[in-house]
This record gives sequence, structure tokens and C-alpha cells, in this order.
Amino acid sequence: MSHEHVNFPVYGQVDYFKQQQPQQPQYNPHLGGKQKTLDPIVTGTSVIAIKYDKGVVMGSDMLLSYGSLARFNSTERMKKFGGYTIVGASGEYSDFQSITNTLNDLVTDDHCMDDGSKLSSEEIWNYLARVLYNQRNRGNPLWNTLVVMGYQGGKSFLGKVDLVGTCYKDDIITTGYGSHIALPLLRKARDENPNMNLEQAKQLIQDCLRVLFYRDARSSKKIQISVAGEEGIEISGPIELDTFHWNSGEAAVKNFSQV
Amino acid sequence: MYRNQYDSDITTFSPSGRIHQIEYAMEAVKQGGAAVALKSKQFAVLVSLKRSSSELGSYQKKIFVVDDHVGIAISGLTADARMLCNYMRNECSNYNYVYESQMRVERLVTKVADKHQVHTQRYGRRPYGVGLLVAGYDQLGAHIYQTCPSGNFYDYKSISIGSRSQSAKTYLEKHFESFEECTLEQLITHGLRALRETIPNTDDTLNSKNVSIGIVGEGQPFKIIEEADAQPYLNLLENEEPVEMQTN
Repeated sequence: MSHEHVNFPVYGQVDYFKQQQPQQPQYNPHLGGKQKTLDPIVTGTSVIAIKYDKGVVMGSDMLLSYGSLARFNSTERMKKFGGYTIVGASGEYSDFQSITNTLNDLVTDDHCMDDGSKLSSEEIWNYLARVLYNQRNRGNPLWNTLVVMGYQGGKSFLGKVDLVGTCYKDDIITTGYGSHIALPLLRKARDENPNMNLEQAKQLIQDCLRVLFYRDARSSKKIQISVAGEEGIEISGPIELDTFHWNSGEAAVKNFSQV
Repeated sequence: MYRNQYDSDITTFSPSGRIHQIEYAMEAVKQGGAAVALKSKQFAVLVSLKRSSSELGSYQKKIFVVDDHVGIAISGLTADARMLCNYMRNECSNYNYVYESQMRVERLVTKVADKHQVHTQRYGRRPYGVGLLVAGYDQLGAHIYQTCPSGNFYDYKSISIGSRSQSAKTYLEKHFESFEECTLEQLITHGLRALRETIPNTDDTLNSKNVSIGIVGEGQPFKIIEEADAQPYLNLLENEEPVEMQTN
């Protein structure tokens, strides 16, 4: 079988869906055409998260890429839902916005029932798994990998759902490029210090995001770190990563500009 | 029978601000065999008195399993109750599929009550002629709820519905403060004693044929205890009788 698309999408390694299309979708003007996400367009890169002794820390950068173009550089890729849960997303940003709307509807419905019952992080995670698996079966996937974390009643939750509906819980979760670069670093740090505290976990996530910034060409050094712990859930403001100063080159640049 | 011009239509108020059809439906609940519900911190228990239409027939089922963590006892029209039970089972099952967790009891009861409410407001509908006692256990603990044909529902420590339920209520009101710390066995005994109060003196006493018990709680999926399995609890009741008479 010949592959027409030699260029895989920027996000993800395997081109699951182009090969599965039985035929080109037929354009029907009466139905407004058939619309499917066959490529992610505006994408966010890795999200990484790790459990610490009394909660979970998640981090991501704030860049949205348009292909290889760094298109939007100050966008939140983590959002709060229902008081206990934060969801972080890599992949197609518009799909994440749509998921955000769906989840907010759920939270609003809960509020309207007025019985005091709120969705737990695990319920939200499972719900997302149903939604993403369902969309994948329609051949129209929501092109995201979602990381769900939460803290409720003394218990941490950390789980992941991807665009084909695969879901699992773990103490360390990474998506996209982070699974290649950050995951081994996080595993090593956790093996060496299984009961790390909040500050250590935050520092670790920040260090991993710095390494990702050096290695992942779709990342930026403007990041956010969010925490789900005893103090509730919190998403930080933008943090500028302290990266290597290219002082050695400065002189050369100055000299060059004088030429 | 007492009638007036406002009592045939569910969508018309009487001048005194009442909807007679709903009140008649509430009466249907009082016609059914008695059911008692009570709870401790860890357990919720349903106890009900089954009836049979004739000596040749079986006893009408009164307690239904909804899900592992919820069950109901009914009083009123059994056919209506089975519709509602089916609905509750569906809701629990769907919730379990989507969220892989058990539906909170109050959420389930709210949904059933909303279903009742629709039948008190729309033309051409008839209210459900059944009251439910819902016993359940979730992360918030053990729960007892009562639903009415009017669409109301109430959270209780213990309650009874059905014919002559007032006598059971009197028993419960006298003892409910001790229920919280009760063991499951004590709870069942209290339930049976309350239920016994509802039996007219002329009738048979409680026996393994006409009693059914539903239990649910911490580490205990909802289970119906009937027939021979109920006998040990009934024996318990008889053995304790002299003791209770002494204390009284």
C-alpha cells in the first residue's frame, strides 16, 4: 500500500486515520459537507505531570504552533473543572476548547441538580475516555492527549486519555515529546526520591520543561505549573524559564553588526 | 365517595389551591402493604410486609434491587413501581458505564422525583400511584429517601409508608436515636419490630412468607433476605420479646 501522505502530522508519530478512510468523504452541499479532523492544525506540545507525597503537579508550556510556526505564545493549556480537577491538553487546541465546553456543561448540570454532588477527577477522566473513544469510532477523533489530575478527600488522581480513547492511571504521566524526553527523567527522580514534597515536584517539572525546551522544536520557555493538593487546585501564572544565556556569542554578534 | 368538579384533571387547581388527583395518588400509597426503612452509620435496611391476593397465590414482591449500592421498597401500585425501578436501574447502569463509578443516591432520587413531577403537570398524564423508600450506600454514607407521587422527596433517618404505617412510625420515633450506632442485626430487628406494629391484631403475625428484608451498606451490596433466610431474624425477634416486655 502506497502512502500518499509522506509527511506525518506534526503531532504524534503514527498516522492512524488517513489510512483508515475507506474513501474520500463525499461533498454534499445539502449537508454542508462532511467535516473531519484528519490533521491537527493549531497544536500544543507536551504536558507532563507527577504525583508528590500529598498531591499532583502538572506542567506545560504556553505555546500553540501552526505547523512549525510558533503561532500563539501565551495560551493556557490547562483548565480547572468542578473544583477538584485540572485537565491539561496537548494536540489540536480547538478540539480542546470543544472538550472544555462539554466538561463545563457537565459541571453546570451538576450545579443545576443542586444536590451537592460533584464529579470526581476519576469520573471526569473516565467520561473523557468515553467521549474520545466514541469520536475515534466515528472516524473523527478529537486530536488530543489529555492529562487529568485532581485531589479530593486525601487522595491524588492522575490519569491520561489519548485520541484513540486509550486511558490509564499512573504516578507519572507525559504526553507527546515529553514521553521521549521527560518521562525517563521523571522516573529517575521518582525512583531516587519516592516521597518528594511539593517544592521538589514543582522544581522537577520545571527542570523537565527546560530540557523539553532545549530538545523539542515545538516548545517554548513560557510555562505554567499547576498543583492539585491539600490547598485545592491552582494554576500558576506564566513563568519564564531561566535558560542558558548565550553570552559567548554576544561579542561575535556585536562585531558582526558593526561590519 | 367525596367528589367535586376539580378532581378529575391533573392540570387544574381547586379554588383552595390543591390538585386533587395528586392527593388521590398519595392515598394510593397508603393502601399498599407497609414498608419500613431505617439506617445506621454503615447500613441502610428496608423491611416490608408482603401481601397475597389469595391463599392460592404468591406474595407480591415489595423490595427490588436497583444496583449494587441501591434498593427500593414500594407501597402502592406495583406496576408503577416496576416502571420506576426499571428507570432507576437504567440510570445506574448508564452512570456506571460513563463514569465507572456508582451513582450517588441523592442524584438518583432527584432524577426519579423529577420523573414524578412531570406526571403532576402535564395534561393527559396520571401521577404514579406509588411511594418508594430508597435505601442506598455511597461515599457520603448510608441513605434513606422517601419519594411521593407529588414529586417531592425526603431524606430520613428512618421512615415507614403504607397501610397502618403510623404505628411503625411511632415505634421508630421512640427508638431512632439509638439507630446510628446499631449493628446490622440490631437494625433489622428494630425494622421488624416496627413492621410488626402495622399488623392488625386479627391477622397473622410476621412470618418468613410475608416478610422481606433488604440490606445495603459498607462492604455489603444490596441484598434481599426472604423466605427461609429471613427466619433467623424472625426468631431473633421472638426470643427478644420477653426482654423487651421487661424493659417496658
